Order: sequence, then structure tokens, then C-alpha cells
Amino acid sequence: MKKAISALLALCLILGCCAALAGCGGQDKTTLYVYNWGQYISEGDDDSLDVIAAFEEAYPDIEVKYSTYDSNEIMYSKLSNGGITVDVIIPSDYMIGRMRQEGMLMELNFDNIPNYQYIDEAFRNTSYDPENKYSVPYTWGTVGIIYNTKYVDEADVTGWELLWNEKYAGKILMFDNSRDAFGIAQYLLGYDINTTDEAELQACADKLAEQKPVVQQYVMDQIFDAMENEEAWIAPYYAGDYLTMVEENPDLAFYRPEHQGFNMFIDAMCIPTCCQEKEAAELFINFLCDPEISAANMDYLGYSVPASASKEYLDPELAANEIAYPSQEALANATSFDYLPEETSRYVENLFMEVRNG
Amino acid sequence: MKKNNAVLLSAPYLIWMVVFTLIPLGVVAYYALTDPSTGAFSLGNLANLGMYLPVLWQSIVYSLVSACICLILGYPVAYFIAHCSVRAQKFLYMLVMLPMCMSFLLRTLAWVGLLQDTGIINTLLGKIGIGPLTMIRTPGAVVLGMVYNYLPYMILPLYATIVKIDPRLIEAAEDLGCNGVQVFSRVVLPLSVPGILSGMTMVFVPSVSTFYISQKLGGTDTVLIGDVIERQFKQGNNPNLGAALSLVLMLLVLVCTSILNRFGGDQEEGGVLV
Repeated sequence: MKKAISALLALCLILGCCAALAGCGGQDKTTLYVYNWGQYISEGDDDSLDVIAAFEEAYPDIEVKYSTYDSNEIMYSKLSNGGITVDVIIPSDYMIGRMRQEGMLMELNFDNIPNYQYIDEAFRNTSYDPENKYSVPYTWGTVGIIYNTKYVDEADVTGWELLWNEKYAGKILMFDNSRDAFGIAQYLLGYDINTTDEAELQACADKLAEQKPVVQQYVMDQIFDAMENEEAWIAPYYAGDYLTMVEENPDLAFYRPEHQGFNMFIDAMCIPTCCQEKEAAELFINFLCDPEISAANMDYLGYSVPASASKEYLDPELAANEIAYPSQEALANATSFDYLPEETSRYVENLFMEVRNG
Repeated sequence: MKKNNAVLLSAPYLIWMVVFTLIPLGVVAYYALTDPSTGAFSLGNLANLGMYLPVLWQSIVYSLVSACICLILGYPVAYFIAHCSVRAQKFLYMLVMLPMCMSFLLRTLAWVGLLQDTGIINTLLGKIGIGPLTMIRTPGAVVLGMVYNYLPYMILPLYATIVKIDPRLIEAAEDLGCNGVQVFSRVVLPLSVPGILSGMTMVFVPSVSTFYISQKLGGTDTVLIGDVIERQFKQGNNPNLGAALSLVLMLLVLVCTSILNRFGGDQEEGGVLV
């Protein structure tokens, strides 16, 4: 009896495996794996455009498998550990520089991406991809402080030091990724944000450790909930996400410490070397650059679009918004993250771990 | 022939164990003993562990406290269930199991909604003019999360042990002149030691390695070893250090459980063994 049962179970197991294998092999649809930041594409909520569905409609033989990450570092670890297939990623500038130098990106075939023509001159020949071979800009934006005007005294909003203000202890959120967190300390202390000087980095770590007692949590996208329902009052984050949050809670305000400097970033679409469907990936990138699609996408995201052609299709209110599209004067003190040598990246990462582990 | 049959029948699981337990363990050990950038043999990862000792210690304290609270809360419940009618036992057993049917992550997230400053409890308290109380992001909230999530793992083995205690032994003790307290302390309690031990182990082991509970319910100071390990793999891109930490944690859990089992080594086996 027992033998019969175990034979039966074994049979089930084998059949199950066969079915799973058949499921993978039996389709003639191309599967495209897209790996993007969380909350970083319009998915059809609140009457917005469902970009992925629209793509699948336009290219019926491609099926998109979409997954998300919380930070560049998480995406990088996942890819560098290997063993996975990803066709399209959307990292930030400094991470593109790093992955390019480490040979983790494929050169794009721009014949398949005609919509690249719409990308503005200002977003070409960047430091992370000087020859425009590996990346197509998706969005850009700035980092600033989001605060709740109901609880935070305007007189205290003087610069990055607001994030250290003991008056608001326990109500302050902080970036849970080393690069953005160190960037803030660097602006505050007046260092170059691309420094490789270990003494300066150590000083930044000390500054961040000093902040820890007033920090409620180190977060990334959990910030949306916490700020919208007023669990936290002050948080540094990306301007585009502020525009999404303020729709839910009109008491939120955005402040860029222009006198101390702040980060301006570009997130761009790339194809990693583990890509299996390069052509489909290029079609996807091209689709996202289509001015109308991109405008509908950004209407929802609130991030800034790197193509003036798309701006014309944008909600005019958003296109005129100073937070999404700051003036040249406002951007005078904006700086971008560059690729750091591996040694420095690891050093910063370890310092941040020490801060987090206390 | 009989022995052959046993080997044959257990083969699927033995293969499973080799492929999914032993080989991965070897991989963990390999990573723990190699250098992150060069891949050469190195003890560097283990040498760096000193820095994480306070975190490790904190994890042990939290999970021991949780295990003890689970025991104190769980024992009377298990005892009560074991002495109900069979029908009631089935029903109560199901009630204990019921929360486990829902995702662990959801259950923990629900506590966030209850405990946070703008959460349900504080909103209700605010209506009657109390608070807001600081509940979330405290060590207490982390312990609460552990106790809530792992209490069934304590009750079930305890129940299984207590229900098997022969009622004639209790009658005999009473006949021989024991009062209620003595019956409990000299007969029932010693006989439920195996259940207590497996319950303690089953609460302690998942608690000591948890990261989700401390991340959601804890503050910036309640970092547990599970958080540190998770971060090495996700953000830190240092799987080697993560593997070394996991290895140390595993050793520690083995030591702790063997100490626990030493206490009950001469007891009759019973309950759910880990």
C-alpha cells in the first residue's frame, strides 16, 4: 500500500515537472522581462494609461513580465549575482556608469529605437554614457525635502539640516540607500558628492550616525504611505514622487535646498548582458520614448520627461510645474552622481551598514 | 528486504534533502570562506563578524524573551484545550491554527496599521482624549510581533504533549495524597517538558532569524541579525559576508537548541520534535 502511494506521489511529481516544462516551451510568444523601480510606470490606476498593456496590444506577440526593485543597489546585486534573465532595466546615472564600466550593459541598436530622436540635447552625451551607446533617458528629476506644512514650522525649513532637527525627532524619514543618504550628508558638509576621500566619507557617516536618533525609519517606497497618512512629517525624496503624494495629501510641500546643492538625476533605460530578447527590448524602449505614450506615463508618475516633444502632450499644469521642471537658475547648484570606483562603492556601503546597524 | 523497502520509500526525500539542504549548505560555506572581490579562500568575512556581535546578542535576547512569553501565554491555553471534550478540542485546535492560514507578511503589516502613531488604536484613543501613545518602533512592538506570529508554534506541541499524559497518572498522584499544585508541579509539568522544549525551539528559531518583523514594527535601533543578513544580499552586494553571518547564526541556533534539548535529554520523547 505504502509503495503504491509513494509511486503515485512520484508520478505526480514527474507529471508536475513535465507540465511546468511544457508551459515554458509551448508558447511562441516572446517573453520580455522588464525590471524597473517600484511605482515607476503608469499601470492604469486612477484612469491613467496602462503602459504595459498598451505595449502588449501594440505588439501582440510579446508578453511583458514586469518586476520592481527599491534601489539601484538592489538591482545591481541581483544582476551581478547572475542566474537571471532581465531584458530591460532602468537604473540611475551613476549606476549606469558603473555597469557600463563593468561590462554589464549591451550596446543598443538605435535603428530599432527611432524615437531616440525626441530626446533633448541636454540629456545626450552625459558623463555616464558619453557616446550614447548604452542608454536611453526615461526620466529625470531632483531630490529635495518633502514636509508636511501642518506640523513643520516654515522657519525651520532652511536646508538639509531640517533632517537633523530634534524638534521633529521620530517624524523624520531617511533614504535607505547609501548613495542618496551620503549625498545629503555631503551637501550639508559641503563636500563633493563624488568624493573618494575616505576621511570625508567617514565624516559623512558620522553625520548620518548623528542623525539616527531622530530618524523614524530608513525607507524607500514605503515613504508614500507614511507621508500621505502623516505617520511621518519630513522626508527627503524624488520630486516626481512628491507630485504623486501631494495629490493624496495637499498639506505636503517640497523644498530644494538650492543654496547647499542637491542631486539632479537621470534614470535611463538599458539592456543588461543577461538579456535574451534584445530586439523586443529595443522595441519596448522605443515604445516608452513615443512622445504620446511617454507624456501619458509621466502625467501619472510626476517625474520629468527628457524630451520636449513629449512635454507638449503633457497635462499643461504639470508641464508648467516648477517642481517637475525647475528653471535654469534653480538648477545652478544641482549636481549629479558619477560612478565611484568599486573600492569606494564598497567602502561607502560598509559605512552605511555601520550607520544602520548602529 | 524490509530495509531495502525503507530506503526506496525514503529515497525521494533523501534526494530532496541532498539537493535542497546539503548542497546549498555547502554553497553557503563556500561563500562564507571566500573573498568578495577576488573569490580566493579567505577568513576575512569571519574576522569581520565582531562588529555584528551586539546585533547578534540583541537578536538572541529578543527571541528568548518572545519564547518565554509564548510559553507563559501558551501553556495554560494548551492545558485548557487538552482538557476539553474531543469536539471542543478540534474546534479550539483549528482556532489556534487559523491565523497561520493568512500570510505572515500580511499579519505583520496589519499590526503596523494598528500600532502606528496615526493607526487605528491611537485614533480610537484620541477620540476619548488619550494619547497618542508611542507603540510602534519600540522593542515591545518587535516582541509583540514575534509572540503574535509564533504563538501557535508553542501551543501546538504543548497541546500534543499534554493531551497524551495518561490521566491515570494524575489519579494515582491524587490517590497518593497530592494536592492540585503538587499534581501539576510533580506530575503534569515534568511530563510536558518535551512539549515545552520543542515549543521553545520552534518559537526561538524563526524569531532569531526574522527580519520582516523588526523592519516593520521596530525602529532604527531594533536591528536584528536577520536584517543585517538580508541587507548584505540585497543592498550591500556582499553575499560573502551575508553567508558568513548566516553560518554563524546557524551554529548559534544549533548550540541553543542542543542546550535546550540537554535539559530534556532523559525525558520520554513526545510532542512535535524539530
